[in-house]
Amino acid sequence: MTGLLAWLSEPFSYPFMVRGLWASLIVGIVVPLLGTYVVLRGMAFFGDAMAHIVLPGVVIAYLLGWPITLGALVAGVLAALIIGAISRRTRIREDTAIGVVFAGAFALGVAMLSLQRSYAVDLAHILFGNLLGVSNSDLRLMAVLSGIVLLTIGAFYKEFLVMSFDPTLAATLRLPVFILQNALLVLMALVIVVSLQTVGVALILAMLVTPGATAYLVTRRLPSMMAVASILGAASAICGLYLSFYWNFASGPAIVLVETAVFVVVFIMAPSRGWRRSSILEKRG
Amino acid sequence: MSNWVIKHATHKDNSPAIRLESVAVQYNGAPALFEVSLTLQPGERAAIVGPNGAGKTSLMQVIAGTLRPSAGSVEIFGHRPGGHVCIAYLPQRSQIDWEFPVTVREVAMMGRIRKIGLFRWPTRRDWGIVDDALGRVGLSGFQDRRIAELSGGEQQKVFLAQALAQEAEVILLDEPFNGLDMPTQGSILDILDELRAARVTAIVATHDLNLAAERFDRVLLLQRRLIAFGAPAQVFTRPNLMLAYGGHVHVLPDGEGLMILTDTCCEGDEVA
Repeated sequence: MTGLLAWLSEPFSYPFMVRGLWASLIVGIVVPLLGTYVVLRGMAFFGDAMAHIVLPGVVIAYLLGWPITLGALVAGVLAALIIGAISRRTRIREDTAIGVVFAGAFALGVAMLSLQRSYAVDLAHILFGNLLGVSNSDLRLMAVLSGIVLLTIGAFYKEFLVMSFDPTLAATLRLPVFILQNALLVLMALVIVVSLQTVGVALILAMLVTPGATAYLVTRRLPSMMAVASILGAASAICGLYLSFYWNFASGPAIVLVETAVFVVVFIMAPSRGWRRSSILEKRG
Repeated sequence: MSNWVIKHATHKDNSPAIRLESVAVQYNGAPALFEVSLTLQPGERAAIVGPNGAGKTSLMQVIAGTLRPSAGSVEIFGHRPGGHVCIAYLPQRSQIDWEFPVTVREVAMMGRIRKIGLFRWPTRRDWGIVDDALGRVGLSGFQDRRIAELSGGEQQKVFLAQALAQEAEVILLDEPFNGLDMPTQGSILDILDELRAARVTAIVATHDLNLAAERFDRVLLLQRRLIAFGAPAQVFTRPNLMLAYGGHVHVLPDGEGLMILTDTCCEGDEVA
C-alpha cells in the first residue's frame, strides 16, 4: 500500500511535475467542456484549423521575445474572425475557405521557424506541447483565460444551447446569432491558447473532440455531457502524466492516447449510441 | 448587438396580425416569390397550399422575419417582423438534429429564453408554464425523455409546446402533418383549435388540400405568386387549381362541391 502511494506521489516531488499537473488539469477540464459544442455543431475541422492557424502568431511572439500565449491569442482571435468573414462574404464553401487559411498560416509559421537554429526542438514543442516546461506565469495566464471561458459558457448557456440546437428558433427569438457565433469562435481561440503548451498544435483537436465524443455516447443532456467530458479530460490528463513520468512517453501524446482508449472502450460498450446499438439496429433491419 | 438593446416591438391596437403588401423574394437573383399581398386578423387560421417549390417555406420565413423580402412590406401587429418575439416558426422536422442531447422539457423551455432574459435562469414560474404547455399538447409524461426517443407526432407536439411556452401570438407551421397518422393529425388540429380560441393566428403549410378545405378559415394558394386567397370554397375552383398545379391535379365534381385529387405530394422533399 505504501508502495503504491509512493509510486503515485513520487512524480509530484518535482516542482515542474506539479506545474505540469495543474496545467493538464486546467486543459483537461476546460477544453473538453467547450469541445461539447464543437462535437454537437460539427466544428471539428474548424477547431483543428484554428489550432494550426495560431502557429505564425506563436512563432512571431517567440522570435520577438513576447509571451508565446499572447501571440497565439492574437493570431487565434484574428483567424476566427477572418474565417467567419470569408465564408460569409464569398461563394467559396466554408470548409474550403478554412482549408486555404489553415494551410497558408501553418506554412508561414513553419517557414519562419525554420530560419532558427533550434528549429527541430522548437517545432516539436509547438506541435506536441512542452508540458514540463510550463512556468508559473504560463499557469497564471492559463487560469485567467480558462476562467473567462467558463464564465462565458455559464453566462450564455441558454443562448449557446438554442443557437446550437435550433438556429431557426434563435433567429425567430431575435437572438444576436452573429455575435454569439463569433463569441464561440473567440472562446475556441482561447482554449487553443490554453492547451498549446500541454498537447501542442497538432493534438489540440483531440482535447476538443475526443472526451466530448465519448461523453456524447453515454449522456442524455448537455449539462451531463459537459460534466462527463470534463471529468474524462481531467482523468486522462493525470493518467497521461504518469505514463509520461514512468515510461518516458511524450506527455501530450500520452494524454491523447488515454482519451482515445477510453473512447474506443465506450464506443464498443455504450448501450444507447455506440457500436452495439448500430449493430442491433442493423439486425432489426 | 442591437437586438439586446432594442425593445421588443409593441403591438398596435386594431392592427391586423399579419399584413403583406406586394411582397417579393429573390434567391440568388432568381425570383422565388412575387406579388403576395394578404391580411390576417388575430385568431384567423390559414393554410398555405401549392406545389413543391411554390415558395411556401419562403413565404413563412418572410413572415417570421428570418428572410428579407426583396420588395414589398411585411407588418406583424403593425410593425416589421424583425422586432417581434411573439412569432413562432416551426420548420420541417427534417431540419432538426434529433440526436442532440436535450430533453422534451428543455426543448419546450427554449421558447421562453427571451422572456427569461440574458444572464438569468428559468424560474419556477417558467418551468410551470413549460409543464403546462406540455400538458396541453398531451406530453405530460414525456418531460424527461430525450427527443430522439419520440415518435414523429410527439416530435411535432414538442415544438408546438415550445411555441405555447413562448406565448407566441403568430404561429407558422411548415408541413406539420407530413408522415403523421390520422389520429395524430387530428390531435394537432385540436391544439390549433384551442389556439384559435386564444386568438393566436396560425399559418400552416400543407400538401393536403382536403385538410386545408375542411379545417381552415382561409386558404392561400401559391405558385410563385398568390393565385388566390380567401375562404376555401372561393379558392379551390377548377381554374385556380389548374393555374397552381397544371396537369398534376384532378378535379372531380362530387355534388356539393369539388373533390380534389392531387399527386404532387411527397414527404419532406420540398426545399424552397
